[in-house]
Amino acid sequence: MIRRALVGLLAAALLAATAHAAPVRITDDLQHVVAFDQPPRRIVALLPSLTETVCALGDCDRLVGVDRYSNWPAQVEKLPKLGGLDDPQVEAIVALRPDVVLLAPSLRIQDRLEALGLKVLVLQTRTQADVRRVFQALGEMLGRPDPLAPWRAIDADMARIAATVPPSMHGRSVYFEVDAAPYAAGASSFIGETLARLGLRNVVGPELGPFPKLNPEFVVRADPELVMIGRRNADSLAGRPGWSRIRALKAHAVCAFDPAESDVIARPGPRMAQGAEAMARCLRRLADASAQ
Amino acid sequence: MSLRALALTLLAAGLALLLLGLCVGSTGLSLEALRGADDVPRAILWEIRLPRSIGAWLTGALLGVAGATAQGLFRNPLADPYLLGASAGAALGVALVLVGWGSGAVAASVLARLGMTGAAFAGSVGAMVLTLTLARGAEQTLRLLLAGVVVGVVLLAATSVLTLLNPDVLRSMQVFMLGNTALLSGASIAMLLPVLVLAGSAAYGASRALDALALGESTARSLGLPLAGVRFALVGVLALCTGAAVAQCGLVAFVGLVAPHLVRGRCGGAHGPLLALSALAGGALLLSADILARGLFAPQELPVGIVTSLLGGVYLLVLMQRGRFGRTAA
Repeated sequence: MIRRALVGLLAAALLAATAHAAPVRITDDLQHVVAFDQPPRRIVALLPSLTETVCALGDCDRLVGVDRYSNWPAQVEKLPKLGGLDDPQVEAIVALRPDVVLLAPSLRIQDRLEALGLKVLVLQTRTQADVRRVFQALGEMLGRPDPLAPWRAIDADMARIAATVPPSMHGRSVYFEVDAAPYAAGASSFIGETLARLGLRNVVGPELGPFPKLNPEFVVRADPELVMIGRRNADSLAGRPGWSRIRALKAHAVCAFDPAESDVIARPGPRMAQGAEAMARCLRRLADASAQ
Repeated sequence: MSLRALALTLLAAGLALLLLGLCVGSTGLSLEALRGADDVPRAILWEIRLPRSIGAWLTGALLGVAGATAQGLFRNPLADPYLLGASAGAALGVALVLVGWGSGAVAASVLARLGMTGAAFAGSVGAMVLTLTLARGAEQTLRLLLAGVVVGVVLLAATSVLTLLNPDVLRSMQVFMLGNTALLSGASIAMLLPVLVLAGSAAYGASRALDALALGESTARSLGLPLAGVRFALVGVLALCTGAAVAQCGLVAFVGLVAPHLVRGRCGGAHGPLLALSALAGGALLLSADILARGLFAPQELPVGIVTSLLGGVYLLVLMQRGRFGRTAA
């Protein structure tokens, strides 16, 4: 009995070994090709959405260090923090002896890390298509037979959440404010993609770019039926000159998100369905309120 | 051009810009808002463009007065309203409000009630009070200047640490640092106008002292000038003007530095007319920058501080090329 189990284990190990025999070649967003003889065991991720993608692929345990802003799932909070947007700690990264370092192009340290003999993958996450592509690349790197399986689950979640949006909300015009300058989330941004998926019509078209600084007059003129905004700026909204006449403010159709929700909504990664759910929850609440 | 003619020209320019400001908005330059009897265009005209244009002019005027005061007080043509740490203090105040709000701390509710405007005002005036304390009053100019530099550097470092630890406030901080005239309202005017009247007349009252100060400290003292008291009052004017301007529009660059230089040539070293003309020039400069900021890429906007730097910088260069500037500023 024990011998048969041992043989079985050995066979499984052999099978696993042969599966990884051919080096996996991953092309990153700077068109660098990085080859892996076997899936990396020690991973450093320097962008929250990359950290989350590794964990969504089930390999959270392989992470040995993350950036200062990675805060999900909870277990990554215990890992060494290796700097933020503009102060990556090269020395600490090298000291962890990672098999691969995952980072965003804005960090600009890939050359130094490569010169120090580390494997580096530079990955951009700005849109839903990016999220899918990063799943593909990291899934292949980790030797997953079906790298896009988690993506398909997220996509199905998105569809399910979109279906919970009451029909009365479909086609409503929406203004999503990122910051009080005012900066808006345009149709071409990640947030804009989620809004479109929920059946809303963004008053800020794709021609204005992802996060345009708008003339506040533009919003008054566009007269959106819904406003989505961080809770910090929600209270002062009606106090802005001329804004009290906007339909959304008259009807109290304002979705105010707390910082944790805003964090999830703005992060192009595996939790995009959670962000969509925060928006959909507000839409359901507004539809209920107007039905009464 | 005589003094009176220049003053009238600048005033007329201000009024013309105000009219232009009513015609420029998110649709670019269009008279539709002026004609329409429709509800929304009229609201946009009276509730948004009018207060915004007046507010931008008033803020520019405040910065002009503050700049002329600082340059006279420190007898330095490169002095600007932010010299005594006002900008760094205001930035720290705003950063504290932004970060405090996110953290949900006990103090956050207090900070939130204070608001960005209150925080910027308190921060800017607070930093100047700190500078005065470190310099042990306004007795010695050099001491005051150095204390201002130290306060500026230290507070800015504190702000950098705060934003580094809380990257979600970066965008809001950038808006503040580059200046923003987009959300000026009737309430802003209600704050800016009294400050301009109050601080402007105080500065005008002290203009004789500034004239005497321009001859050197010992001369000023031998003329019987209560130097410490006058300096203290002028720093107060500086704090009030800068604090109000920063609170409403953020850190608008260059207006306070360049406005006095645009008119200095006509004043022959007399600070009374210089202060008044600086206010008119500053107002016209910031209002034209605001109009360009909203008109150039409508419906998108440029941060107004970028436009003031471009406008003021280019105009200063032209003046220097003509050779007027070198003669008159010295």
